[in-house]
Amino acid sequence: MAPYESDDAVGAAGDEETRSGRRRAARYAVPVAVIGVAAATIGLVPALADSGDPDLPKVTAQQLINKIAKSDVQQLSGTVKISTDLGLPDLGGLESGLASGMARGSGTGSGSAADPSSRLTELLSGTHTLRVAADGPDRQKLSLLEQGAEYSVIHNGKDVWGYDSKSDQVSHGTAPAAGKDRAEPPATPKDFADQALKAVDDTTSVTVDGTAQVAGRDAYKLLIKPRQSGTTVGAISIAVDARTGMPLKFTLTPKSGGAAVLDAGFTQVSFARPAASVFAFTPPKGAKVTERKDGALKEGAGKDAGKPGLGKGLEGMDGAKGREGAEGAPKVIGKGWTSIATVDTGAKGGLPTGAKGGDLGGFLGSLGDKVSGKFGKGTVFSTRLVNVLMTDDGKVYAGAVTKDALVKAADAGK
Amino acid sequence: MSRADPATAVAAERGPAPLWTLGLLRSELLTTLRRLRALVLLGVLAAVPVLIGVVVKVRARGGGSSGAAGPAFLGQVTDNGLFLVCTALAATLPFFLPMAVGVVAGDAIAGEADVGTLRYLLVAPAGRTRLLLVKYATVVVFCLLATLVVAASALLTGVLLFPVGELMTISGTTISFTDGLLRALLVVLVVAASLIGIASLGLFVSTLTNSGIAAMATTVGLVVTAQILDQFPQLHAVRPYLFSHYWLSFADLMRDPVYWPDLVHGLGLQVLYAAVFGSAAWARFSTKDINT
Repeated sequence: MAPYESDDAVGAAGDEETRSGRRRAARYAVPVAVIGVAAATIGLVPALADSGDPDLPKVTAQQLINKIAKSDVQQLSGTVKISTDLGLPDLGGLESGLASGMARGSGTGSGSAADPSSRLTELLSGTHTLRVAADGPDRQKLSLLEQGAEYSVIHNGKDVWGYDSKSDQVSHGTAPAAGKDRAEPPATPKDFADQALKAVDDTTSVTVDGTAQVAGRDAYKLLIKPRQSGTTVGAISIAVDARTGMPLKFTLTPKSGGAAVLDAGFTQVSFARPAASVFAFTPPKGAKVTERKDGALKEGAGKDAGKPGLGKGLEGMDGAKGREGAEGAPKVIGKGWTSIATVDTGAKGGLPTGAKGGDLGGFLGSLGDKVSGKFGKGTVFSTRLVNVLMTDDGKVYAGAVTKDALVKAADAGK
Repeated sequence: MSRADPATAVAAERGPAPLWTLGLLRSELLTTLRRLRALVLLGVLAAVPVLIGVVVKVRARGGGSSGAAGPAFLGQVTDNGLFLVCTALAATLPFFLPMAVGVVAGDAIAGEADVGTLRYLLVAPAGRTRLLLVKYATVVVFCLLATLVVAASALLTGVLLFPVGELMTISGTTISFTDGLLRALLVVLVVAASLIGIASLGLFVSTLTNSGIAAMATTVGLVVTAQILDQFPQLHAVRPYLFSHYWLSFADLMRDPVYWPDLVHGLGLQVLYAAVFGSAAWARFSTKDINT
């Protein structure tokens, strides 16, 4: 700010008009300059803060994979940002309605807003911020940050609490006696990385793709690429903490290009032991507490996480459409990236064709593309990663593969 | 015409004592707060938490569960009265609070021009920059005062109607009541600070016109417009720069540990608005022809 003396030093001079005009322009330059400086700061600071890729000793892909496998991080706390873009039609509330309806229908959910299995399906679309904390195998906490509210799953000893602050509801269950089982669906980069590395075999090329800085830590980038054609997976990039071997960021890009289907990474991480109070939970007096049946949590989590292989974890939602599990367990055709899960629901006539499926069937049918082949007729539901084929004679084929691959599999299965 | 204020120039050269500025601020504050509309606005703000508290209490007694709909923290109010502070602020922040601030800010300069007192103010040895700074300070004090009125009324209602004591953060951890009070105070400060953007905008609008009503209506209109624009996902590139975008991030203070990124963004944005529109108001006001 100019000193006040300069104010209105209006002389009685004759050329006052032009002078005051110039002065006016000069003063308006101040807010313009402020905007300029702000814009430059917003634009430049991230670029300057990006101090370039760190210099780390060279490692081979195999060494890096071993490093991940050996990584034994027991204590950590951090913030994870996870974005999912499956390219599903934006169904808004309907989508979560379907998902929670599914959870309720399959008998695992208690219908409580604090029930983990129904709440964490929210992660399947959009961008979310999570907080994770862990202290050994018996104490973990995962919180989903929402606007003005938070949903937490707290595992402490034998108790597993779910707390939804928005509705002030609590759900309580007991952890399986084995203790080591994961109590939550996959959400951290490590969970995803574990799934991806399971898929590493001769159908995959694994390389070390330089280094990067993630959440302020030096990391190696591991690049996993399917060698097979016919899969929709383009590449998976995992940033691995150079010191601890802990995966810090996981990015899955589809073959079709564009934004990542799944991007989960720490924005802040600390490997110090979290305070014990983080895991302490006593239900507030006024809250409604719902008891879950034993194992319900595990079962619910298993729906999302228990399936083998990559992409299957993401299929939880498609499972809702596929009415799977009614008859027999899914069979897996093929191997590696192009493996296709198939289920014979036995429902002749299939789901989507017209009046038989009712309004919902018709609606789902309108979302898919009709295909036909030697197997007969069916409908393909596409996302940017997973494609699902439902034949009219009640078979369901699903995988992270192209439509053509699904049709080929269906033809072969005939 | 600007030829009409040589008196100001003379006075400015003489340089008033700093104490004089404080006196000016005091008289401005008193004038603002003595206005009936300011009192009515503060009264409405004080009534909102009482209304929310009574409704929640009646519903809780009737056995109805506190639903998931409604302003943030509504669900926790029955557990701990302290949460009523947050609920009340979350309920008033989208409209009542910025409206009150908008009315006071819009009135600051244009209102004086409207009733023809502005030039007399400038005849007094104030200096335009100084007068503007005092007006600005008054509006900022009003932001804090309005927020405090909501919080104090909510705290009183909460303590009277609901149990208080140890407090559960929305992250599910428990903190002591003193710690909770401290966080509530922080919430008040953050909310008051997050109103600075609209205050600066209102002051700038106020220098543009000689009609007090027009300035108030424009400022309140901007509040509504910003919040409507903030609803469109298509505008995601612009949304983080709307002054209202981070308003509800004060809730992050109730997480444990506190989640800072959005709070820091929000406060930085308010500083940016204050700098841009404050200097724009100065540029406008110090070069404007004042004839009323």
